[in-house]
Amino acid sequence: MFVTYLRRELAGRRKQTAIVAIGMALAIALVIIVNAVSSGVQLAQSTVLASVYGVGTDITVSETPTAPTEGEAGAGGPQNFDFGADDGATTDGTTTVSQSRLSVDRGTTAFDATALDTVSGIDNVSAAAATLSLSNTTFDGALPDFSETGGMPTGGDAAAGGTPPSGGPDGAGGSSFSVDSFSVLGLDPADEAVGPLSTVSLTDGRSLESSDAGSNVAVLDASYATTAELVVGDTVAIAGTDFTVVGLVTASSADAATASNVYIPLDVAQSLSGLTDQVTDIYVQATSSTDIEQIQADVETALPDATVQTQSDLASSVSGSLSSASDLVKNLGLWLSLIVLAAAFLIAILFTISGVTRRTREFGTLKAIGWSNGRIVRQVAGESLVQGLIGGVVGIAVGLAGILVINLVAPTLTAGAATTDTAGPMGMPGGGGGFGQAAVEAATSDIVLQVPVTLSVILIAVGLSVLGGLLAGAIGGWRASRLSPSEALRSIA
Amino acid sequence: MYELTDVTKKYDQGKHSVTALNKVTLSIPDGQMVAIQGPTGGGKSTLLQMLGALDRPTDGTVQLGTSDLSKLGQGPLGEIRAREIGFVFQGFNLIPTLTAQENVETALAPLGVPSAERTARAAAALESVGLGERGSHLPAELSGGQQQRVAIARALVKEPAVLLADEPTGNLDEQTRDEIMDLLEGLWRDRGLTLIVVTHDSAVAKRAQRRLLIKQGVVKEIS
Ligand SMILES: Nc1ncnc2c1ncn2[C@@H]1O[C@H](COP(=O)(O)OP(=O)(O)OP(=O)(O)O)[C@@H](O)[C@H]1O
Ligand SMILES: [Mg+2]
Repeated sequence: MFVTYLRRELAGRRKQTAIVAIGMALAIALVIIVNAVSSGVQLAQSTVLASVYGVGTDITVSETPTAPTEGEAGAGGPQNFDFGADDGATTDGTTTVSQSRLSVDRGTTAFDATALDTVSGIDNVSAAAATLSLSNTTFDGALPDFSETGGMPTGGDAAAGGTPPSGGPDGAGGSSFSVDSFSVLGLDPADEAVGPLSTVSLTDGRSLESSDAGSNVAVLDASYATTAELVVGDTVAIAGTDFTVVGLVTASSADAATASNVYIPLDVAQSLSGLTDQVTDIYVQATSSTDIEQIQADVETALPDATVQTQSDLASSVSGSLSSASDLVKNLGLWLSLIVLAAAFLIAILFTISGVTRRTREFGTLKAIGWSNGRIVRQVAGESLVQGLIGGVVGIAVGLAGILVINLVAPTLTAGAATTDTAGPMGMPGGGGGFGQAAVEAATSDIVLQVPVTLSVILIAVGLSVLGGLLAGAIGGWRASRLSPSEALRSIA
Repeated sequence: MYELTDVTKKYDQGKHSVTALNKVTLSIPDGQMVAIQGPTGGGKSTLLQMLGALDRPTDGTVQLGTSDLSKLGQGPLGEIRAREIGFVFQGFNLIPTLTAQENVETALAPLGVPSAERTARAAAALESVGLGERGSHLPAELSGGQQQRVAIARALVKEPAVLLADEPTGNLDEQTRDEIMDLLEGLWRDRGLTLIVVTHDSAVAKRAQRRLLIKQGVVKEIS
């Protein structure tokens, strides 16, 4: 009887069934699409983050620069090239000087490598790797040989008609300088699971291996190698020391914060830069994503000076249309689907109530012939529930079609990651090509939005339609249960 | 066997209350056919509600067999209605979305009759009111007289002890009225029912063994 009556009611009152179901379907479709797009955007965000911060890196640890204390070689402070009087080679009245130095980027602070052990010892840390992010700056200069012109020309001497300066690259006392720099990343060749080298792919030669520790070998970024006209087997000078190029790699994303022009073994980088047992960044992988908060807290406690960032901190640094899409989905999409959902629930409830009111005599009659309240409530609730479920099924179909359309259209989003260490190249104009590019520019990458269909979205949709149906059914059933059986005897108009 | 003692029913309507039944004392033996007449607003339907366990009196007792209907809660009253009382209404009160057959079956649903038996009994009940061929029709596809026949089948399919009818011919023309009354009378005779019919129509009332007049809540026998 229940099923027969239910079927007859829904089929016999098609308009009401259709309106309630369409309302519910619209809401469910919207919820599905918004939900799916939201996870698609999240997926895109994590793709960007993975390319920027390294696959599997859950947490990064660095240290915020503090004002250098007196006498301390200003890590991140202005860099000076000091030339003694006898430096350089002098020919034809021109002194050429050349100096190459390896130092920490401005805005980056090196800290003691023991921090790595501290981090590794924290619960639920599955892997941790430390790197030393440096830049190699080469100063090449040609200047007049002041000793030949009788010392530094002063204004007074010039006015007195002293010998005009000669020499220098233009032969008239002028000077020429060039500054070239490239980024150098020192890393432990044994660490491959986590950290910068996990985001690159080898294009030529070989990667760094554990046995490379202590050797003057380098892996170059392929595009830097092209610019610098270097191939595997060549040598590259870092801080005046020649390194053999053993391999070329391509960063999965040009804007990777961890991408560098040159990769060398950590211990070599430390000794060349004079930063013995110092590192600039620690990359941490958590055992499970649920441990991230705990690890972050523990690292912050253990290393009070450190800046600890998780992927979700990093996610906020993703910019571009991807981030607009994310905002759009989070705000407009969420509110829109909530409002439509509320409207659909309201429609279902109001239609159920008006249906019960219209059927007052019907329910009164059923009570008069002995139907219990429970049986009538079940009937009303069953009708609403099925209306909701029909809406849910239609909504899921429409939602999946919508997702299909989005995936066919495959909108391209641009994403930029404003990385945390955006230090300029020593505040010096004319900084060499490629220098600190990764760190300076938040380069953009294009991501094609792919919207996944997950079982949980479908389950949420079904759950919502059941909830809407039950809500309407409960309210309608409650109304019906309060009707008196003597309504059956009410004279009709 | 109905035994009504000092039954009073008052309806509160805002400030003043309406006394629809005023100390009605009445006894109706099993198998009797009774007609209840009276002016509009006299209390006919209210009395029928008391007899039909649809409502409880404000005062007094309504004894049906061994049960005191004035003391029972909604659940037990519903069970008594389901088992012992059949109703026929002026407006037929069929479920518009259900077929004639299904409408008759609704009366068996609360009794837990198995589906196959329900179908057979409903079909037999329709047969007995002369509508054996019309089981699959919706109420809207039937004439008023046919709808009332379906309603009578629905009232009788559970084989109740009592059949209560409130103006069962009020919406029908004279010829149909007579057909319906013939049917009811025949069923009453065949089944030994207690048949209580509320009517304005003296042609209907004349068929009854006993006639009651109810005016301003007070019941009088018409001899
Ligand atoms: N649910 C109710 N609430 C308030 N007053 C009611 C209610 N039902 C009946 N009454 C009142 O009780 C009195 C008796 O009503 P009842 O319906 O029994 O009359 P009736 O004899 O059946 O009249 P009719 O011939 O018009 O059907 C009337 O004054 C009516 O207004
Ligand atoms: Mg009446």
